[in-house]
Amino acid sequence: MTAAVPNPATQPRRYTLSRRHALIGGACLCCLPAGARATDGEIVEVAPGVFMRRGVDEDATAANLDAIANIGFIVGRDSVLVTESGGSLADGQWLRQAIKAATDKPIRYVVLTHVHPDHFFGAGAFTPDDPVFIGHAKLKAALELRGDFYRQRLVDILGAERTGPVVLPTRVIEDTGEIDLGDRVVTLKAHGPAHTLCDLSMIDRASGLLLPSDLLFVKRVPSIDGSLLGWLKELSALKAMGAAKAVPGHGPLVVDLAAAAGDLERYLTALRDGVRAEIAANGSIENAVKTVGQAERGHWLLFEDYHARNVIAAYKELEWE
Amino acid sequence: MTKASRLITVAALSLGLALLGFGAAARADEQAERLAHWQDIATLLFGDHPLQKGDGVIALDAPVRADDAALVPMTISIAPGNSIKGLYLVIDENPAPVATHFVFGPAADPSEIKLRVRVNAYTNVHAVAEMQDGRLLETVRFVKASGGCSAPMSMSEEDAKKGMGEMRLKLAGDATPGKPADAMLMVRHPNFNGMQMNQVSRLYTPARYIQTVTVTDGAAKVFDLEADISLAANPVIGFRFIPQPGGTLKVAVTDSDKGHWEKSFPLPVPSN
Repeated sequence: MTAAVPNPATQPRRYTLSRRHALIGGACLCCLPAGARATDGEIVEVAPGVFMRRGVDEDATAANLDAIANIGFIVGRDSVLVTESGGSLADGQWLRQAIKAATDKPIRYVVLTHVHPDHFFGAGAFTPDDPVFIGHAKLKAALELRGDFYRQRLVDILGAERTGPVVLPTRVIEDTGEIDLGDRVVTLKAHGPAHTLCDLSMIDRASGLLLPSDLLFVKRVPSIDGSLLGWLKELSALKAMGAAKAVPGHGPLVVDLAAAAGDLERYLTALRDGVRAEIAANGSIENAVKTVGQAERGHWLLFEDYHARNVIAAYKELEWE
Repeated sequence: MTKASRLITVAALSLGLALLGFGAAARADEQAERLAHWQDIATLLFGDHPLQKGDGVIALDAPVRADDAALVPMTISIAPGNSIKGLYLVIDENPAPVATHFVFGPAADPSEIKLRVRVNAYTNVHAVAEMQDGRLLETVRFVKASGGCSAPMSMSEEDAKKGMGEMRLKLAGDATPGKPADAMLMVRHPNFNGMQMNQVSRLYTPARYIQTVTVTDGAAKVFDLEADISLAANPVIGFRFIPQPGGTLKVAVTDSDKGHWEKSFPLPVPSN
């Protein structure tokens, strides 16, 4: 692979890791100026040695190549860890190209944060590097249940060539784990049922940044595919991990953890309390869909596309309490 | 033809049409094709017994676009003053179109039935009331949804079977004898429809779904329900019944794997 890969998030604009962006890395996180926020589809050094690309707040289309999640990499003394691989083979190839442009160090680790396609279809781009693919202990079973289904749907949108294969984890995290990139330790944590049944989060010890992937949605409406009650519990756990800043799975690249988690907590709590009230009043799932959480509408992008489904998921979970 | 064999024939017909590319070819005259498909199903179910428009008697409430194709809530209502014997819900484009067939007993108030179903493709959904006087009254809604039958599960087969057969009954208020009461029956059951594939083994999780639900109040029947693979996992059935004096609602459920579960629910009577 030689030619520059089209930047998936901003086609047809082409990717360059410009000096300007590389220089941002000279500033530490705490004094990162507000004006230095990422723009769509560019790699930004959000902390020394931590490089991220903002995903677009859309669903997968042929134009965006499913480059909708925040993806990136962490560079240590000896090697590179890919925090999220991307939403398609093409997205992953773009990221790999960006890594090669930034460093000569080998890509040793690729993290598969959970079972959703916008986070794992980029993994196929990294097989030439023969990395360790890291995932939650329950990720493999989840990919076996759903991987091909997701693949078929993405192939329908992007074509087989740009979609890529389903890559299974080669190292699983049961509870916690550590990766040493050379003077740079990244700790991993496997969470209980929350956003999905196989969510993995990371903390980069050098920068103190938390990378919770889709356990933290910012601006984009969350989707519940694990457990509403479990997610509220894991959010509390995330907040107790001691990080001040986080890179959410969707939304701005770096956010204040307490504030962002608070917004998500507010949404999930509104859902939980509203659905419980509807159930207690012998209501119906249809009525819950119409009424619950409507005050949240103005706070989230793609609310219309996901909220009703979230109410149904919450109802299914809570009606058996 | 027995009812069971008719249902199987309907399922086979529908699958056959799908295999022949019925869906894709239908674009030229989709409306006509959908109508013809429904007429095939109706002929298999009702023979040459004519169906009439049920306006004013039977109504079907279903979302125009499903939020979750694997759980689409639907409500069938019958206007007061109409005595009905049975009720069909048919999801035309599902692999086994007949989702439910209710036969009501003397303790039923068939004025409202609430169901949650799977919808596999854009489809007409028909509700047909079999009236006591022999008429068949139909109503139809078009529902946009897809993949509700083949959507992969989020958990393993083992986990999905946990608690299978557990039942709950929720009543809206007291059960005053003779006064119609709203009830909601919940049954834990994965309702595997045989279309959910394990992507690595390439094997389909074997179908295992609720086939019959019988509800009685004391000695009086509320309803017999024949169901098929279209009911959503962990089925919830809303119905109305006329509480009998000193009654206890008894629910019996069977599934396609010879599973059998029963539970009795004493009815709360008004305290004064």
